[in-house]
Order: sequence, then structure tokens, then C-alpha cells
Amino acid sequence: MDAQQITSFVVSTHQVFSTMLSLAVTAGKPYTCCAVPKFENEVSGIIGMSGDMQGMVVLSFPTSTAKNVIRAFTGMDMEPSSPDFADAVGELVNMISGAAKAKFEGKNVSISCPSVVIGKGHKVQQPSDAVCITIPFECPAGAFSVEVAIKSAKSAANPANSNQHGAAAKAA
Amino acid sequence: MKVMLVDDSKTMRTIQRNILMQLGYKEIEEACDGQDALSKVAGFGPELLLVDWNMPNMDGITFVKTYRAQGGKSPIVMVTTEAEKTRVVEAIKAGVNNYVVKPFTPDSLSQRINETLSRTKAA
Repeated sequence: MDAQQITSFVVSTHQVFSTMLSLAVTAGKPYTCCAVPKFENEVSGIIGMSGDMQGMVVLSFPTSTAKNVIRAFTGMDMEPSSPDFADAVGELVNMISGAAKAKFEGKNVSISCPSVVIGKGHKVQQPSDAVCITIPFECPAGAFSVEVAIKSAKSAANPANSNQHGAAAKAA
Repeated sequence: MKVMLVDDSKTMRTIQRNILMQLGYKEIEEACDGQDALSKVAGFGPELLLVDWNMPNMDGITFVKTYRAQGGKSPIVMVTTEAEKTRVVEAIKAGVNNYVVKPFTPDSLSQRINETLSRTKAA
């Protein structure tokens, strides 16, 4: 995963929030997922990537931010227990991942249908052989993050490269 | 005009429904994937379809190919996160008439719908 790919996620998150939610977002400095998170994950939307790039993307919110974001997206107040709440979170991570992968030049990448996890203090285990980067965001609805752990399929096919990625993640 | 919305996200279907209703379309049917859409097209007889690409059970591109193979002639607008040129070409070859990339504004979706219907009328 390179800096340009991280930038793709910053740009796509900005696009989705400004276009569909009319919310301006500000990205903070990305950090590895090994570092202490800036908030506890309570709502996470998860998308898998396959093809030339493999791994996963996680859009995570504290509950209060998620409720504000979903209100801006759907125009309705929803509780996390509602199936429509999870559906909306899934659609957000779907749009962010889709818009980001479109910026991976020369790469043929597919994305999975989204999954959503809701619960206090949960942790989404990222692939151990891919460096996981967290991009923190602030917006008028609150703080949230996009975690990206992807690697090129060549790395996945080559155990030596794969180990290097794993070591980098552990050392960071 | 009868419009069918095919998307696995209820949120996205609701957003599209609201935009269509603002444009004056009132006969709207929803389907949650390609299979669901195929089971409803004969009974509903859509005159325009908005179709997502990535869906469980049957994806949008398979639905479009099957619908066209079965003789379905109504215009189809693909509304998807799949923005790569190769995907757009694949969709057009499968029988899609126009393409909208998510995220979209109400104006951009309205514009593509009007453009699609104008082209279809002119053909």
C-alpha cells in the first residue's frame, strides 16, 4: 500500500461526505492501526477487496457520530438497533471503497458486499500480512476513521514479500 | 412512467425514490438484487430501470444481460460505485444505456435520467 492509495481514501471519503451528506470532512494524520485509537469503535462498516489489491476497509464511528452521520445521509433519526441503520453504514463504506479503488490506476480490483458490526469496544481484526493504516477524520457530525489494510496480489502470492508486510505491521 | 429501482441497499433505494418522486415519477417498484428484479419485471413492466452493480445473489451486470436476453427493451441506468472505464465499457456492452457513479447529487442523477429518456425517445 502506498501513499497515493491512502490519498485515494482521503479523497473518496471527502467526496462521499460532501456529495451525499453535505458534510465537510477534515482528514488528520494517518497512523498505523497498532497505535492507540483516537476513539472506541462502536459502529463499523467493513468491505473486502480482491483482485490486484487484497484486504479490507473499515469505516468506524462512535455511536453518537454514526447517528449524526446517518441522519445527514438519510434525513431520518435512527437507532443502531434498526436494520436500516446498518444498511446506511454499509452503503457509506461501499461508496468510499468504490470511489477509492477507481483511483488505483491500472489495477483491477473488486469489492465485496458490505458487512456492519455494531457493539461497544469491538475490534475488527485486519489481515496480519498487510500494513493497516488508520485515517482519522473530523466533521460537524463528529470524529470517525477509515482503516485500510490492503496489499498488492503480488505480495500475497509471494511469501517473502508477505512476511515483510507482516513484519512492518508488527514493528510499527 | 413506471420505474424499477434495483439496489441491495434500502437506503440507496429510498434516496433514489425521493429524487424520482421530486421529478414527478410516482409508479416506482423496488428490488433488492438481480434475482428479485427478474421476478418482478414481467409483472410490473418497468419503462426505466436504475440498477446497482454489486449485489448479492445476482449482480447488476448479470441482471442486465439476462433482462436483455429475455427481450427486455426498457432503458437501463446503472447507478454504481464501479467507476473504472473498463467497467463502464463492460456495462454498455451488456446493454446499459447510461451510467451514474456513486456518490451522486440529485441533479446529476436527474440529468442522466432525463438524458436517457430523451435518447430513447429519439431512437
